[in-house]
Amino acid sequence: MEKNGTIQLETIFQDRIDQEIRIEPKDWMPDKYRQTLIRQISQHAHSEIVGMLPEGNWITRAPSLKRKATLIAKVQDEAGHGLYLYSAAETLGISRAEMINQLHSGKAKYSSIFNYPTLTWADIGAIGWLVDGAAIMNQVPLCRTSYGPYARAMVRICKEESFHQRQGFEILLTLSRGTDAQKAMCQDAINRWWWPSVMMFGPSDEASPHTAQSMRWKIKRFTNDELRQKFVDICAEQVKILEMHLPDPDLKWNEKRGHYDFGPINWDEFWQVIGGNGPCNKERLAARIKAHEDGAWVREAASAFAAKQQQKQKAAVA
Amino acid sequence: MKTYLTKQFYGDYGDRESVKESSGIAADSARDWPLWEVFVRSKMGLDHKHVGSLHAADARMAIENARDVYTRRQEGISIWVVESRHIHASNPDDAASFYDPADDKVYRHPTFYELPDELKAM
Ligand SMILES: [Fe+2]
Ligand SMILES: [Fe+2]
Repeated sequence: MEKNGTIQLETIFQDRIDQEIRIEPKDWMPDKYRQTLIRQISQHAHSEIVGMLPEGNWITRAPSLKRKATLIAKVQDEAGHGLYLYSAAETLGISRAEMINQLHSGKAKYSSIFNYPTLTWADIGAIGWLVDGAAIMNQVPLCRTSYGPYARAMVRICKEESFHQRQGFEILLTLSRGTDAQKAMCQDAINRWWWPSVMMFGPSDEASPHTAQSMRWKIKRFTNDELRQKFVDICAEQVKILEMHLPDPDLKWNEKRGHYDFGPINWDEFWQVIGGNGPCNKERLAARIKAHEDGAWVREAASAFAAKQQQKQKAAVA
Repeated sequence: MKTYLTKQFYGDYGDRESVKESSGIAADSARDWPLWEVFVRSKMGLDHKHVGSLHAADARMAIENARDVYTRRQEGISIWVVESRHIHASNPDDAASFYDPADDKVYRHPTFYELPDELKAM
C-alpha cells in the first residue's frame, strides 16, 4: 500500500517535471531528488564563497582605484551569490550551520578551480573571462532548473555575472594592448587558467553516472560535455580579439562537426585537485575556517544584543 | 470540520523552521540566527515582492543585510522583513480542493458574456 502510494507520487512528480511545472519546497519530492539538489546547491554555494579568496588576494594591490572598486564589487557579488544559494538549499531542510560544517570538515566539495593561485594581476582578468565565463555557461540553463528556489536564485545570479566576465575581459584587453611585459603576463595567465576552466564543467559524460537522472528531473538541462564544447567554441573566437592564444595545440575548427576540436583533458590533475592535492586546497580551507572562527564573537555579540533589546522591549510593555 | 489554513511556513521553507518557542533568538552560537523573509518594493506604486531570505539576529540587522544582499543595484526603495516563522501559508497538498470553488464560476470572467460585435468600448 505504502509502496504503491510512493510510486503514484513519483509518477505525479515526474509528470509535473515533464510539463515544466516547477517544484516548490512544500511539494512532495523523491528523497533522491532532494539529496541531489542539496548536494549540488550547497556545493555551488561553497564555490561562490571560497571563490572570493583568490580574487580577494588582489584587492589591496589592484593597479588603480577604478580596478579596486570593481574588484570589491565583484567579490561582494560572489558573497551575495553564496547567500542566495545557501538560502535555496535551506528550503530543502538542511540548516546553514550544517552546510558550513560540511564545508569546513571537508565533507562537502567546492569547485576545484579555486584551488589554483592568483600569481599576477592578469590572473584577475583571466578569472573574470574564463572562470566566470565557464560559470555563466553552467548557470544560464540552471535558470530553468526544475526546483523553484534554485531557479530563482540563478536568475538573480546570472543578471550579476555578466559584469564579472566583461570586467575580466577588459583587464586582459588592456594588458594585451600594453607593453611586451604586459602582453606576456596576459598570455601567461591565459595559459595557466585555460585548462582548469575547461575542467570546471566536471567529468566527461561517460564518467558522470548521475547525469541521466539529473536530466530526467530537469535539474540539469545540458550534459557536462555539451556545455564544455560551447565554452571552447566561444573562447576560441574571443581569444582572437586579445591577439593571444589558448594553450592547446590540438585546438582546431572542425567544419564537419561545426565545433572546435580540442586536446585531451588531464583528468588525473582534476581528480588530484578535487581530492585535496591542488596547489591551494589547504590554504583556502584554512582561510575559510579562520574567518568563521574569528567571526564567532561577532555572531555571539549580535545575538546577545538582540536578546537584550527584546528583554527591554518586554519590560517596557509590562 | 476541515481546517484549510494550517500553520505553514512561508512557501519557501519547511516545517523544521516553525519552532515552537518564540524567543527568536539563537540561544547558542552553533545555531543559526533566525531566518527572515525579505520583500522589496522596486519603485513607488508597486507592491513589495518576495525576493528571498536571510539570517539575522534582529529586524534591524535583517533590513541592513537585505539592503546589501538584495538591493546592490538599485533594485529597491523600500524593504520589508518578517521573521519566517510568523508567516502562515496554505498547504499545497490541499490545493486542489482549496481552490476548486473558483473552478465552476466562469461567469466571473468578462469573456463569459456574449455580446454583439457592434458594441464598442466595453
Ligand atoms: Fe558568482
Ligand atoms: Fe562571478
